[in-house]
Formats: sequence, structure tokens, C-alpha cells
Amino acid sequence: MQIRPILATLKHHKAGTLLIAMQIALTLAIVCNALFIIRQRVSHLSQPSGVDEANVLVVLNEWAGKPSPGEIASLMAADVDTLRRLPGVADAYASNTYPLSGGGIAFGIGHSPDKLKPVSTTAIYFADQDALPTLGLKLVAGRNFRADEIGQVDRHGDIQPGAIIVTRGLADRLFPDGSALGKTAYISRQPSTIVGIVERLQSPWVDSGMAEWADCSTLVPYRQLTAATRYVLRVRPGQLEDVRRHVRAALYAANRMRVISPKDGVRTFAEIRADAYKSDRGMAILMGVISVVLLAITAAGIVGLSSFWVGQRRKQIGVRRALGATRHDILGYFLTENLLISTVGVLVGSVLALGLNLWLMKQFELARIAPGYVVAGVVVLLLLGQGAVLAPALRASRVPPVEATRSV
Amino acid sequence: MFGYYLDLALHSFRRTPVLAGLMTLAIALGIGASITMLAVLHNLSGNPLPGRSDALFHPQVDPRPADLPGAKDEPPDDLSYLDAVNLYQLGVAPRRALMSSNWLPVRKDAQDSPLAMVTDRATTADFFAMFGVPFIYGSAWSAQDDASHAQVVVLSRAMNQQLFGGEDSVGRNLVIATKTFRVAGVVDDWNPQPRFYDLNDGAFGKAEQMYLPFFTWLDLPQDYGYGPMDCWGNDPNAGMHDPKAQQCTWAQFWVQLDTPAQVAGYRAALVQYSAQQHRLGRFQRPPNVRLAGLVDWLDYKRVIPVTVRMQTWIAFGVLLICMVNTVGLMVAKFLRKSGEIGVRRALGASRRMVFLQCLVEAGVVGVAGGLLGLPLAWLGLWMVRQQPVSFAASARFDPSMLGAALALAVLSALAAGVWPALRASRVAPALQVKSL
Repeated sequence: MQIRPILATLKHHKAGTLLIAMQIALTLAIVCNALFIIRQRVSHLSQPSGVDEANVLVVLNEWAGKPSPGEIASLMAADVDTLRRLPGVADAYASNTYPLSGGGIAFGIGHSPDKLKPVSTTAIYFADQDALPTLGLKLVAGRNFRADEIGQVDRHGDIQPGAIIVTRGLADRLFPDGSALGKTAYISRQPSTIVGIVERLQSPWVDSGMAEWADCSTLVPYRQLTAATRYVLRVRPGQLEDVRRHVRAALYAANRMRVISPKDGVRTFAEIRADAYKSDRGMAILMGVISVVLLAITAAGIVGLSSFWVGQRRKQIGVRRALGATRHDILGYFLTENLLISTVGVLVGSVLALGLNLWLMKQFELARIAPGYVVAGVVVLLLLGQGAVLAPALRASRVPPVEATRSV
Repeated sequence: MFGYYLDLALHSFRRTPVLAGLMTLAIALGIGASITMLAVLHNLSGNPLPGRSDALFHPQVDPRPADLPGAKDEPPDDLSYLDAVNLYQLGVAPRRALMSSNWLPVRKDAQDSPLAMVTDRATTADFFAMFGVPFIYGSAWSAQDDASHAQVVVLSRAMNQQLFGGEDSVGRNLVIATKTFRVAGVVDDWNPQPRFYDLNDGAFGKAEQMYLPFFTWLDLPQDYGYGPMDCWGNDPNAGMHDPKAQQCTWAQFWVQLDTPAQVAGYRAALVQYSAQQHRLGRFQRPPNVRLAGLVDWLDYKRVIPVTVRMQTWIAFGVLLICMVNTVGLMVAKFLRKSGEIGVRRALGASRRMVFLQCLVEAGVVGVAGGLLGLPLAWLGLWMVRQQPVSFAASARFDPSMLGAALALAVLSALAAGVWPALRASRVAPALQVKSL
């Protein structure tokens, strides 16, 4: 295929050429970044929490009637006992929060008691010796809490654990040489010994502000004696729905002085996850719709302009055909012409895409785009261009040679 | 002449329905996307209390230590307990309201009635008059009730519906966090967006379900917190222990100042207060006060969610691409009529007339695109409402957007049409007529 005659023709159609190239460039810039945002949101969605989500239920309980911390301790113990005796329940414990809940405590953790110089931020999970087996966390080093280590803290008490269990992510931040086990770290004025390391336990927060610390969690050996308690239940495989139906009534039967919301007082992890990430999913869908619409508009624009060009050049095509060009030649001509324009478009578009990404990084704290997204966008737009021009080009190739003899 | 051009435009539409349809669709999509986001933006950045906002001010003082690492120059948004009470008692402003919020367990005082956790706003008597909260039954509590820590409550319409079936419940009793409260009034639906008076839990969302006197609320059991707290220094737990801790800010405070003189006077009073606290050694920093009006306050807090700003930019990106697309299609469309234009020029039409004719055609595309874009924008807003975002309820179609949509559509179509029309008007008549 000769490129030179195509270039010569394009010189006569500067306006149309420029417009198609510009449209492709702009579309590429936006679609690449949209794809990147989608991918980021979706990768967020599939981030593992470290919890054995298929078999874990959470009950959100609020005590009524203003029980004292001492009363709460015995109420909690009675509740955990009730829950464990429920058919289908394998294990249970009480905590302040759970992964993806959106609420909880975050502390600075570091090598000195100075709160102003933390190494990392960490989510604090109140836990006892049953927390690890209930959540299904994988202990990669050290040991679980012992029953005699579990302290109690009311709203006014200080959280000063002697022993803590941290996630591997946090252990590596504190001690990059991998020697965290047995070392001390500070989340309070007192040193805490790292007695165990779990593979993964996501923090309660999914928003971008806390994303950096998502894998930094600390389990502290405390029962929190406040009005709000979250019971975490591990159910036997396949009995999630059964337990979910009965747990509320069972707790109310044991003690009426409580509030467990009928709407969302008992939550499966599937619900918790859907709830935590619903805005991410919405954003991903929206970006997807916008990308598809943009690609459709660009394709329509290419079809429109190419059809116009084919109509304009019917006579020339007829002449070429009369002079011996095959249908295949004509088809190839229009496809190549489009490829040339598209190439210019995607080159400019790649630069625009990177520029747009820089601007988004500055304005909206987005991450730097991976080159793969631009490459993918380039391929998609080149294919789109070829696909869009195919119909007009085929029509052009069917122009009969006799057209050359007609006046218009 | 305009009528004739309009006729020609419609005629040309009928002759090339596919091209015309594509252009209309492109404009409609661009308009649909951008008007959707404009409507959201317009509603989110709207004035929550038109007519009252000019007189509402948000005082801030700076009780932070002088050497707080990473501290910005702006004073904290909220007040510490001591400053809140001091400023409340300052008495310079005609009206003022001190407030915070949390969740409390509530039940009717009948035996065995079920408990529910209810969102509440603890505030002082002027809140209702100052913000213009409409009452259905009863009235606000009095300043005397504030002073005497009276156990009275004002319910929202929905809460009254839920507890008392919507009847006049003034004088009935409720048990809130183990104490008995008397219903003083029921307010009608009142939920200004953005929720300017307390942005700590997000700028958009539902109003609280009941209102309690601030000082009575402080006496309640401490298990339920005092709303979001911001504490500094080495003990982040301080606020949990004691809401009156010096290093924790959590109370919102608003004043009504009706005249510029009152504003200036109040500002001076704030400086004077800060200076006095500085002399007493309580404030380490020299007076650093703010007295932002409601609208300035919302500006400063940048209440528009980041995603909305981003989506608005993207929507206008879509409009831009649609316009480029339309320019291309218009070039094709106008040049296809070169023969026709040549004849008109040969028969005496000036370049200007041809240009105008083409612009009228572009305008018709704009009107059609705008009309088609309106239902698309409506659909877009419906989609935003289905999103699980706090501002979903604000995504409503405002009648004022109707005009904006049509104007934007016609403007973008005209802008897209200028250059193709210029090109069409430069068609050489002789060449075209010869080839006919």
C-alpha cells in the first residue's frame, strides 16, 4: 500500500483529518484514565480482609439501662456463652469493631512512647484468646493471646497492653529486617511486646485517607466494657443463614435490655463488604458507562466523516477502479488512511492522557497511571477506528468502475 | 429571512437524517452528562438557608499549644468545652446556638416499650429561631430551660410519627438514656443541605431525629460520646475521659449578627476574649480568631465531595468530545451541500447569508440536542440518586436547569458550527455551479 498518495489526499482534507485525530486523542486521554480509576476501585473491592468471610457473622449490640462496667463484663460473658451454645455456632468473641466496619480506634504506633513520632498508624482491635480462631486469622509467627492476659477497659480506662498481636504489614513497617516477634512497640506510654504476627487483618476503614494503613492492624488483649459491643461469630460451614435467622431472638431471650437493630443489627460479611465498597462499585460502573459512551461517540464520528469522504470521492474511486485497482486496494486505502489518522491521534492522546493523569493526581490524589493502561487504550482506539471505518470502506470498495464516466 | 433559513435547515435535516441524528445524539449525550453533573453541583453548592445565611456566622478561636507539630494556621473548626461555654455566655450576639450531636437510646415511658438508638442534636434554645426551623406542634424550649438543665425534647416529624403515630405529642414523656424527658415541640421536615451547622459527619445527609437542651445533654451518661472530637497532644484518649478536657474541640457554635456593626463588634469581642485567655495563660497563641459567614464557611470547608468535582470535569470532557465530533459531522454536512450553496451564492446570496444559514442549522441541531438531552439528564440524575452516596437526595432536577440545559446545548452547537459554517461560506460558487 502506497502511503504517499494517502498523505497527499489528507492534505486536501485537513479539517476532517484534524478533527478525527483530535477526537481520538481526547477520547484516549479520558478513557485511559477512566480505565485506570475503574481498575483501582475494583482492586480495592477484591482486597482480602484476612477474615474467613464465608463463615463469619457480626452482631451489633447496644446495652440499655445503663449497666455499670462490671455488669457489662458479666452480661458480655453470658452473651458469648449463649452464642456458643447456639446450634451452628463454632466460636464467638466480643470486640469493639471488625474489618470494613467503617468505625473504630486508630492509634500511632512507634518505637518510643512519644505520640508525636509514630512509625505508622494502626487500627486497634479489642481481642481475647478466641479472636484469632473466630475470625479465621492465620498466625504466621509467635502465639495467640492467653486467657490470663485478657484485660478489661471501660470508657475511662487506659489501653496499655503488655502483649499485642500485629499484622505482618505492620510488623514489616516497624521492623523492616523481619525481626518483629518478641520486640516491643509503643501504642501507649507503656511498652507492648509483639507476641504474635498474623498474616493479614484489614483495618475497619476503606476510604482513601486510611488506604495507606489498610494492612496495619493491632490486636490488643482487652474486653471493652462500653454500651456498644460487637459480637463476632464463627459458624459451621453452610449454617450461616440458619444462625443469622436465630441469633437475634436467642440474645433477646437471654436478656431484653439491649438494642439489636432489626435492620442491620446482624450482618454477614458479604453484606459488610457490599456496604463498605458500594461507593467504589458505583464509581467503577459510572466510569465504565462513560468510557463506553465516549467510544461509541468517537466511532459514530469516524463513521460519519468517512462516509462523507467516500461519498465525495466516488468519482476518484471509480477512476482508480477503471484504471485497474481492485476492490481490495480501495478497502486497503481507506483502512490505511484511518490508521494514519488514528496513529497521530493516539500519539497526541497518550501525551494528553499522561497530562490528565498528572492533573488528576494533583487535584484528586489519584495514583500515577501505569503505562499498561495507555497502551491498552491505544490498542482499543486503533481497533475502534479500523472497525468504524470498515463499513464506509466496504461501501467505497463496491463503487463500480463505471462511476468514472458519470459526471457527478 | 430567519424563517427561510429555518425552513432550509429542517429540509436539510430530512434529507440527511442519519447525519443529523448523529449530531443531535452527540450534542444530547454531552448535554445530558454535563447538565446531570451541573444539577448535582448546583444543588450541593446551593445556599442551605437562603434569606438567613447572610446573618449567620461561625466564630472560631485558637486554643492550641504554640508548638503543635504539623498544625495549620487556621484555628480548629469546633470549640473546646470551656471556650464553647465562655462564648455562649458572652452575650454580644442577638442570637447564638451551641451544639453537638450523638446517638442515644430512646423509648416511650410505657412498660416494656422497645428501645431504639436515635440521632440527636444537643443545642440551645436559639437554634430553632435562628435557623428558622418550622414547628408543627408546640415550640422550642426557652433559655430558662437551658439554664435550668430542663429535661425537654423537640422531636422531628418522622420521630413523632414513629413514636406517637403523628399526633400532637407535646407534654408526653420519653425515656432518653435512662432519664425522662417531656416533649416540648415537634418540628416539620427540616434538613438544609449542606448541613452547614455541623460538617463533622459529612456535609450531606439526614437531619437529626430529635433535639435536646445542650446542658441537659451534657449531664446524661457519658457512654455515647459527644460527637466527633479533635484532640491534640500526647493523650488522644483525653476526650473520652472528659469532654471538658482543654485539648479537645468538639462543640459547634453559631451566632446571628444582623448588621455590619454587630459583626465588627463581635469580631472585636472574639479578639478581646482570645487576648484575655492569652493573658491568663490558657491560650498559648496570640489571638487567632475567625468569624466566617455561612457561605464563606462552606467555601472554606470545601463541602463539594471530591468525586462530584471529578465527575463534573469528566462530564465536561464528554461534552468537549461530543462537540469535536459535531464539528466534524457539520463540516461533512455543510460541504456535502456545496452544490446547493454554490447555486445560492450564484443567485446573489452573500457569504454572510450563507454563514448565517449554516449557523441557523447548527442552532436547530442544538435545540434538538438540548431537547433530547433533557430526558438524558433526568435519567442521569435518577442514576445518581440510585448511588449510595450521602448527597443522593440532592440530585434533583431543578427547573432552573431546564433553561440552562437548552442554552448550553444551543451554545455548544453554535460554537461547534462556527468553523464549518465559515468553511461553507467560502465555497467558490463558480466551481460548484460548473460541476452541476
